[in-house]
Amino acid sequence: MKRTVPLMIVMVGGILMIIQYFIPHQYSLIVFDNYLEWAPIVGAFALILGVGSLTRLHSHKIRRRAKNWQYSWAVLIPLFGMPFFALIMPESLGGGTDVHGVHDFLFMHVQVPIQATMFSLLAFYIASAAFRAFRAKSALATVLLLAAVVVMLGQVPIGAIFGRWLPETGLWILRYPNLAAKRAIMLGVGFGMLATNLKIIFGVERNWLGGAGK
Amino acid sequence: MRKNWIGIPAIMILLLLPSLSVAQGDDEILTPVDDNLSATVADNSVTPDETELRPAAGEQLEEPDPGLDIPGIVTVQNKPNDAGDQLIVSFEPAVNSEGIVTYNIYRHIAEEEGEDTWNLVKIVLAINPPEFIDGYDPEYPIEPGVLYEYRVASVNADGDEFFGPVCTAEVVSKGEWFHTDKTRVLIAGLLFILLIFYYFGKAQRGTKMYLRPIAGIEAIDEAIGRATEMGKPILYVPGISTISDVATIASITILGRVAKKIAEYQTRLIVPNYDPIVYTVAEEVVKQAYLEAGRPDSYDPDSVFFMTQSQFAYVAGVNGIMMRDKPATNFYLGMFYAESLILAETGSLSGAIQIAGTDAVTQLPFFITTCDYTLIGEELYAASAYLGHEPKQIGAVKGQDACKAIIMSLITLALVLGILDLVANTHTLNWLRDLVTVSIVE
Repeated sequence: MKRTVPLMIVMVGGILMIIQYFIPHQYSLIVFDNYLEWAPIVGAFALILGVGSLTRLHSHKIRRRAKNWQYSWAVLIPLFGMPFFALIMPESLGGGTDVHGVHDFLFMHVQVPIQATMFSLLAFYIASAAFRAFRAKSALATVLLLAAVVVMLGQVPIGAIFGRWLPETGLWILRYPNLAAKRAIMLGVGFGMLATNLKIIFGVERNWLGGAGK
Repeated sequence: MRKNWIGIPAIMILLLLPSLSVAQGDDEILTPVDDNLSATVADNSVTPDETELRPAAGEQLEEPDPGLDIPGIVTVQNKPNDAGDQLIVSFEPAVNSEGIVTYNIYRHIAEEEGEDTWNLVKIVLAINPPEFIDGYDPEYPIEPGVLYEYRVASVNADGDEFFGPVCTAEVVSKGEWFHTDKTRVLIAGLLFILLIFYYFGKAQRGTKMYLRPIAGIEAIDEAIGRATEMGKPILYVPGISTISDVATIASITILGRVAKKIAEYQTRLIVPNYDPIVYTVAEEVVKQAYLEAGRPDSYDPDSVFFMTQSQFAYVAGVNGIMMRDKPATNFYLGMFYAESLILAETGSLSGAIQIAGTDAVTQLPFFITTCDYTLIGEELYAASAYLGHEPKQIGAVKGQDACKAIIMSLITLALVLGILDLVANTHTLNWLRDLVTVSIVE
């Protein structure tokens, strides 16, 4: 029962969704819309489990005085502090709700800059990854390096100084060899997705069920 | 040409009003009248029972503006392959288009009466074709099975409208039970499903099938062994997408296989999750893997945990684990976005052996650059079959390969036909193009 019911739900739901794709009728759309509406409801309940998991993990660390247990406070305090300021004490410290509250202040002046900082690290990592990728250690790596130089110079105004051939060659590399490789990968991905979906719908792949899959 | 000359005096009077009021001062006497003539002039916002003003009798008027030519009849067709919420509406434009800037198309339900029932559903520029698909605006939806009436107005630069006749739609909208534009998709899909099932059956009958080795999958055992020897944990990142993403499901499947091996080797596993639903599934899968390995006591409930649903907060958390716990092996399998390089580069700096796999084409170069092994696109989906060695799983991979062979044959055929067209000036490629082209479906 523990295995059959989820498998039946997946099979019926999956086949229904395949059929729905070919039926444009309004009844078909109603079924599809209902499915889409249910998904966030399941997600909302799962979020409670997720927050519970995070709390349990870090409270264990603090209780056991595990290595780096102090950092767990840095998780738990904002985890409960932000909802507290957003839901229970939305007004500002000076009173009133006409000015931004503590939650807004923390969000705009702590969370957003920290996230922007993390994102900005990407620029430096791209530079270091490019340095590693473009080392001409072999003939193929040299071809990669040359292609990268042509494409990069072709994308910026300075490239045109060397002649029109540079941006044109860069564009040719992007449009033909690069696009051909991308399409080949995407074709494989498309078939792979379809095969995986069929395996799940027809119960060939059951690992996702965890304990119930066996 | 359709003109209603009866309305011209009214138009002339209205157009002359401003000049009359300037010439004669504010003490002029104006008499309101209702104009119920079939061709009326109105401002842009058509209001019910609108009254127009005309000067008192006996005043001198200048030569009147004859107004705009009005559009002709409206033709309505049911739009095929929709949910019954769209109609194809076309109208005869005015024969004399001079002065016409746009056409305003109004619609109301046939049984309804009164000016306020008309809704402006579309403004078509006079230079554009006199046709549009009605029902795109969610504010004025088309209800299936409801009969509508339309009328079109010519609009000049001042926004004055000159209405054509009211036309009742010849048809009502209705939804279809099969999308005819998707017939080729259906045929190709059925062919693919048949091929998959054929290879399922073949695999189950015990036919040996060859799968080419994939370095990234073969390195999994080696990577787990390395972590065991070093006494360090293994980090498994299942991507930052939801469970509805096929890449995430493939990742969870691989997690089950990897976790079983980790349980056998008695190594510590860390699985931080971005999505709460993925977390609950991953937890179950890992728990089961430890059970299957005969080591349920070794399962640590804190090994699989939810972290956050904020992309860069998740990255910060995972990077923190990499730098503090120094895992010997990092797996990045699933769907990744901008965080892929930040994760993989940090892992590389921490000295871990890294195995990545994703179907996100844009993130693949980053993983290839920074990871020791990368599963490219479909290899991620095939990994489960490689690790499990189950006949049906292998059959599915072979079915995929058969489908790719069909596509490759068609591409080769197109190449040959293209060259033939070029050399012999034939038009054979068009035949193939018509055969495989699928129109863009909304």
